Amino acid sequence: MNKTHQETIRPGRHTAQLLAATLLVAGTAFAQDDETLTKQVELEQPPEASGEGYFDYPGMDEIPEGQFGEAVRSGMEAFINTLQHPEAKRHVGNGQNCANCHLGGGMAANSAPLWGAWGIYPKYRGKNDHVNTMDERIRGCFTYSMNAGDSEAGGPPKPDSQLLKDMQSFMFWSARGAPLGKNLPGRGYRSVEEPEDGYSISRGESIYQDQCAVCHAEDGSGKFTADGKQIFPPLWGEKAFNWGAGMHRINTAAGFIKYNMPLGKANPVEMHAALSDQEAWDVAAYMNSHERPQDPRWEGDKATTAEKWHDHTCLYNQEARGHTLGEGTE
Amino acid sequence: MQRLHRLRTLPALLFLALAPVTTAASDLGEKVAQQGNDNGAAACVTCHGADGGGNGAAGWPRLAGMNADYLAKQLDDMASGKRDNATMNPIAKGLSAEERRAVSEYYAEMEAPTEAPGTDAAQSVVERGRAIAEQGLWRKGVPSCVACHGPGGDGVGADFPALSGQHANYIENQFTAWQDGTRHNDPNELMASVAERLTEEEIKAVAAWFASQPARPPAE
Repeated sequence: MNKTHQETIRPGRHTAQLLAATLLVAGTAFAQDDETLTKQVELEQPPEASGEGYFDYPGMDEIPEGQFGEAVRSGMEAFINTLQHPEAKRHVGNGQNCANCHLGGGMAANSAPLWGAWGIYPKYRGKNDHVNTMDERIRGCFTYSMNAGDSEAGGPPKPDSQLLKDMQSFMFWSARGAPLGKNLPGRGYRSVEEPEDGYSISRGESIYQDQCAVCHAEDGSGKFTADGKQIFPPLWGEKAFNWGAGMHRINTAAGFIKYNMPLGKANPVEMHAALSDQEAWDVAAYMNSHERPQDPRWEGDKATTAEKWHDHTCLYNQEARGHTLGEGTE
Repeated sequence: MQRLHRLRTLPALLFLALAPVTTAASDLGEKVAQQGNDNGAAACVTCHGADGGGNGAAGWPRLAGMNADYLAKQLDDMASGKRDNATMNPIAKGLSAEERRAVSEYYAEMEAPTEAPGTDAAQSVVERGRAIAEQGLWRKGVPSCVACHGPGGDGVGADFPALSGQHANYIENQFTAWQDGTRHNDPNELMASVAERLTEEEIKAVAAWFASQPARPPAE
């Protein structure tokens, strides 16, 4: 790791340490469930699964008939084949499907499963500094991860639109019987602590070319069929998630990669990793050292945008491979 | 106008320039497929059929319409021993690198049989196979087949071969080969990692599903 990167991650680290300290104090004072609903910081990492394993989500053959069932099916289709769903695709301004970052069609433990998210909203989010409903949270995914600003509709779906009703029906259905306000085992991604010596973009590059390029392509552009169906998601460039998406944070990407990638080799449900913590951080940094669509919260210049929105572990407005990142894509 | 003229004649010129080369390569491919060679390589058609459709009962795979680079890699790996197969190892070793390439291209260009290989499995088994193929078995962390082998399992490039229109026996045998390590020529051990998580019953179901599907051109 070079000196520049050591410097770049310092502010984010500082915040993380503060948060960790806050959590520690909060954790000793309140029971887990109270804390989940009230605390003003991101949730703690959920406990590991006990002997009973993870929440037992329903099978696809258990979707009921009638209007609710139709809403669940439509929401599931919007989630898995976002680029094909007639309404959802109008709000996608890149080449992503929701299920690219939520494996198993949103059902896989430790891959940000929907059944783990449903019961913790409405929730305060530091990202936008107010209490978010699930409706708003999904619109956030469209704005950043799906880069809705460049979509046919020009933005995320409208609040309480049929698409958001459908997607929430799917989430609610998947979480049937799950406790509310509980930090369930398997929720989110496992967090992977930053290695002592930081990370290396150049080491990440060789890991990427050895292990990731076979699917995501050497230039990170993914693979698509001739008629536009996504086969493997793009990781950077104009078809990728934008500079405001959670996945552009190196720690978040490392947590996803560690137990989810390479697909089929890692196993999030068994918490089996194919990469070491160091490798996960290195390759996450390499992925996020490329240009991607601009942060929709653009403040007129990179420095101001960075100061206001990027006080975390990321490379926005930082030097990488001879280039100051954060230019966005055409 | 002059420039237009030149442009119009360009394709014809290109065709003339390339035609003899293409013919020579496909001649060689066809010869190997039909007759084998004098170096101990048997004719491919003996087992893989005149239509390149393979043989379901014996477990010989369909070759027609498969990706050329994929086929060439398999032949290279069977020649080097990276892919261990008692029948194919001596044959692949008996082919020159040029012959392996030519015969791979020959089969890649051949149209796959239009009919699905078919399966004797019960409809419920086939449907279970379809669910595994399209959705995976995520309760134990198995991704869907189509996540890598492309929509319909029709294949993606040189690394993820077509599964649709392939014989159930052959697919089952490959799972066994991944599991016991006799086949270990996959990119980044991806298939070996997946294969070890499937039970025999799940393998039979997924093989039955793909055998019930006709071969289709890859979508990429």
